[in-house]
Amino acid sequence: MNQRSSNLLDEALGLDQAIEPWPLRGRVVAIEDRVETSGSFVLHHLLKRSLSPNSSNVSIFIAFSQPFSHYDRVLRKLGCNLVSQRDNGRFFFFDMLKLQCPVGDEGITPGGGLIALYGKIHKTISALPEISQKNVSIIIDDLSLMEVAANGSSDYVLDFLHYCRTLTSEFDCSLITLNHEDIYSIEDGSTFLLQMAYLADILIKAEPLATGLAADVHGQLTVSNKGRNKASNFHFKVKENVVECFYPGRSRD
Amino acid sequence: MAKSIFIALREGALEGELAPALTIKDSVASPFGFQVFDHVLCQLFSSILAGKSPSRGLIVVSFSRSPSFYLELLKSKGISVASSDKRIQILDCYNDPLGWKDQLVESGNFRAPSHEALISSVVTVFREVKHMDKLFNSIIELGRGLVGGGKIRFSIAIDSVDEMLRRASVSSVARLLSNLRSHDQISSIFWLLHSDLHKARVTAVLEYLSSMVASLEPSHQLANGQRGDLENFSLIEHNSKKGKFHVRFKKRNGRVRMMSEEVHIEQSGINFTPLSSEGAINQGLVPKVQFNLQLSEKERIDKANVVLPFEHQGNGKPLQIYDGRRSLVDSKHVDAVENVETNEDGGRGEIIYYRDSDDEMPDSDEDPDDDLDI
Repeated sequence: MNQRSSNLLDEALGLDQAIEPWPLRGRVVAIEDRVETSGSFVLHHLLKRSLSPNSSNVSIFIAFSQPFSHYDRVLRKLGCNLVSQRDNGRFFFFDMLKLQCPVGDEGITPGGGLIALYGKIHKTISALPEISQKNVSIIIDDLSLMEVAANGSSDYVLDFLHYCRTLTSEFDCSLITLNHEDIYSIEDGSTFLLQMAYLADILIKAEPLATGLAADVHGQLTVSNKGRNKASNFHFKVKENVVECFYPGRSRD
Repeated sequence: MAKSIFIALREGALEGELAPALTIKDSVASPFGFQVFDHVLCQLFSSILAGKSPSRGLIVVSFSRSPSFYLELLKSKGISVASSDKRIQILDCYNDPLGWKDQLVESGNFRAPSHEALISSVVTVFREVKHMDKLFNSIIELGRGLVGGGKIRFSIAIDSVDEMLRRASVSSVARLLSNLRSHDQISSIFWLLHSDLHKARVTAVLEYLSSMVASLEPSHQLANGQRGDLENFSLIEHNSKKGKFHVRFKKRNGRVRMMSEEVHIEQSGINFTPLSSEGAINQGLVPKVQFNLQLSEKERIDKANVVLPFEHQGNGKPLQIYDGRRSLVDSKHVDAVENVETNEDGGRGEIIYYRDSDDEMPDSDEDPDDDLDI
């Protein structure tokens, strides 16, 4: 039941066949949501899949939006214990809630800011045993708050993401990011979102239905998978401890 | 047509002429720029290897993809890099563009990865992408190292200009590109540009600098600003497999030529086909219904052959226009004439009309409204 209900999302991401080797390795996944439809459930789902007991994946979670206890509670509902995963060395949590990049000269000092964060991630991955080095997911929640921490310099965030991307080619790890689509004004040309769209191999959009709010459907997901030249679209409903995905008109209740 | 691009890039510059330059331009709606770039790169490099080009080497300036990606790509096309490392050099602006790794190594927080040494004979790391002058010098130096000095030429591939534009001003990027074009050792140059990341004027500047512009456009335009509903989604799906490929050539004499093709993206690679007619595209998009919304090819031809009653027939014969007031005798006569004509030039169509029922009034000079009591 639990397995079946998430099938569409897994299928779209290629997670339905084998989880080992991690199907997202070497890929950049960008999740874009809106204020009416939070996309964080996709992030939780990916985290849960990457920590699944029959794989040797390691997740590095860079949190700008919530403290550890929040994710711990959410993942526990999904049937995954973050504390024990952390103790097993499969889950690394970087609490960046209070990160403030030094002002002036874009914070280019090895001591602080995003450069130091990159150094920390790199160090964590290098310290892993050879076998897990190949299956690392770097998860960032979320990019808009990272931009805030970087004093609003989206270029600095893009540079950081570029360096994270070099990790995907160096170690074959995957990079998963969450961002909000509706906070960028059209006047800016929403360049940041476009940059992310070019950067990402898989783009997941969580949007409300075009027809407005509905009780039985919370929104729709559009997954564009560049590597496989495939796009899929389906509706979802977020429940207490599971997310149901179904094709339009196929809700099971 | 894609072929004429390769020929132009392969033939390179004549003595005392700017090197031919190609801009490959795409947008998020049709993001196949990288595939086209790869395709051009492989074609050009294999003709350099085969000695078919005056250019003796290729410099790849890689900003957005790792050098190892390009080595893998060439290998997958059956080009062995080990034996051809005298012909290709990669300037690596991908792995450490801002020197962060260097800084971290200095502060002792970082261990340099070990496997980089393996490919170092082909790859040179560049760490100061903000300085276009230094970038220019590095490219030229690398090229000279590859082909030697004198008059021997080499080609340059840049993926992508966007990263340069993000870190340096438009004018300095334009200066770099135009300096490269006018350098007398450079045979041809091409670069990739994501046009929607920049203002229109930036794209125009780069287009002026190039002798060829290959732009990729979606085969179906999405309505802007619309939320993704299902109808839009089918277009997105459609656009994720193919697009339109327009090429603009600027000739030496100033003539500009536009050509269009269709580009298909497949798992195995990229395919160029002549543009299919609009009709064929539309047919694929019309939803499947029980009745016919469209004409078959034969029906279309038949329809085109029908001479409409009001159409001027202009063949010297008296005009026979049915005005609804002709007597029975007259119309019989007309029928006879029509029949003869039809037999004469067989392919001509005619309108055959069956009255649906007796309820329907025949056309006559009866006033259909005469029962109205006004």
